[in-house]
Amino acid sequence: MSPSPPRPRPAGRGRPDGWWLLSLPLLAFLLTPILALLGRVEGAHVLANLHSPIAQKAIAVSLRTTLFSTALVIVAGIPVAQVLARSDSRLRRLVDALVDLPTVLPPAVAGIALLVTFGRRGLLGGVLELGGVAIPFTQAAVVLAQVFVSAPFFIKSAAIGFGEVSPDLKQAAGLDGASSWQVFRFVTAPLARSALATGAALSWARALGEFGATIIFAGNFPGRTQTMPLAIYIGFELDFNLALTLSAILIGLSLITLLLVKWLLRPKGRGDAAA
Amino acid sequence: MHRLSRLILLSLLLTALAGCAMPPASAPTAAPPANLTVFAAASLTESFGELGQMFEAQHPGVTVVFNFAGSQQLAQQLAQDAPADVFASANNRQMQAAVDAGRIAADSPQTFVRNRLVVVTPADNPAGLASYADLATPGLKLVLAAPEVPVGQYSLESLELAGQDPSYGPDFVANVTGNVVSYEENVRAVLSKVSLGEADAGIVYATDAASAGDSVRTLPIPDALNVIATYPLAPVANSAQAELADAFVALVLSPEGQAVLARYGFDGAP
Repeated sequence: MSPSPPRPRPAGRGRPDGWWLLSLPLLAFLLTPILALLGRVEGAHVLANLHSPIAQKAIAVSLRTTLFSTALVIVAGIPVAQVLARSDSRLRRLVDALVDLPTVLPPAVAGIALLVTFGRRGLLGGVLELGGVAIPFTQAAVVLAQVFVSAPFFIKSAAIGFGEVSPDLKQAAGLDGASSWQVFRFVTAPLARSALATGAALSWARALGEFGATIIFAGNFPGRTQTMPLAIYIGFELDFNLALTLSAILIGLSLITLLLVKWLLRPKGRGDAAA
Repeated sequence: MHRLSRLILLSLLLTALAGCAMPPASAPTAAPPANLTVFAAASLTESFGELGQMFEAQHPGVTVVFNFAGSQQLAQQLAQDAPADVFASANNRQMQAAVDAGRIAADSPQTFVRNRLVVVTPADNPAGLASYADLATPGLKLVLAAPEVPVGQYSLESLELAGQDPSYGPDFVANVTGNVVSYEENVRAVLSKVSLGEADAGIVYATDAASAGDSVRTLPIPDALNVIATYPLAPVANSAQAELADAFVALVLSPEGQAVLARYGFDGAP
């Protein structure tokens, strides 16, 4: 995951060997369902379905909510990543484990946890109700569900990026009179930019695919809380073609995101490494 | 003498073997051990489970084997010649599919229960609903099953019926659907959102409401506006256990069978 210094390449680079052959079964298993799905999508259906109100609403809800959730994850995640990047105290390891937790929890658990926290009868429900705020069944609930499941992806990547910035550089900037914020703004963040971008992209892709926590915490209402994964699930029985179209769009977006991440993480050329 | 002791030993052995093969409680005239395979809609899981135990108690040596699944899935399995003795479907369409597939005699299905729609609210009824008409109260948080799910379709049909009733007013449907905050993917999700208190009301089957016990309050939907699901039951035509299959059908239709079903929220056959 970390942008490592250029590794020495073995001489026979790129030539398929025995490991390639052995990796074929799993690669085929991962790829075949995706190809099968894309093979079932017909161009004419895609165009027709893209014009259906259900699909358009689902795409709009997904893009709007993931934009918000990714922005929230970046703003609120950077301080956490800084904490993780700095020391190696017991507290830090606890935070580290906490941050990993949402990635291993079933999303349905996240949904129930959010409901018993922010729901009308939840832990904070009374306080929120006093303030006139009701979160379940709103787009805010969709965003919260996405933040919960996607934040770890950004934080982990950003922490690695921050950790690789040389302490000497930061110290030098400090000696030159830069404030702690200025050090972050003009030294740490620019140097960690590819890790930050990678984290943001992964986090966005995870938010885009979020399903279980959303349907439990935010419910399903077309145009309000029905994101693309929900529309795929609900539409599966009624309109298989619609589900196929939305699935193909999600696969396309996710693939582009992941390729972008790989490109950002590519081993750096000589000129870049000095930066 | 030697021969006699052998004979005694042999007869003892035979008795022991017979004792193993037959359940201890069985009378000498009891039928040999048999399995009765019942295909039943998933919503019958609890009630038919109890009826199965009742049937086994009445027919020593018989084991009732259930296959609970969506009615559509069961009808498909029947069409593919899955071995079964009784089929209980949650709607007439899937029973008809089994008839069309030649697994059920056309004249044998009988309606054995009905399941009606009801309104459920959280136990403390925070919105103070008193009748079906109150679903149109502005600001109410209503949860329905998605129109893609049968119960969601029935809910909308029931609202449409009320919309045609002058006492509910022409705006009833629009006002009620305007209160919907979520179209849930299945009826149990509607029930959980209501029993958790996140929604003020929801529309579910009476059997679901009964399964939630005290965690929800139930308001009836008037018969004339209700969309009532009927459940047909029939022995499978080529059953190897035709007599037992008929006996099971008879138990379900008997007063004691109906009493069990009523306890799980079903209405009796008309």
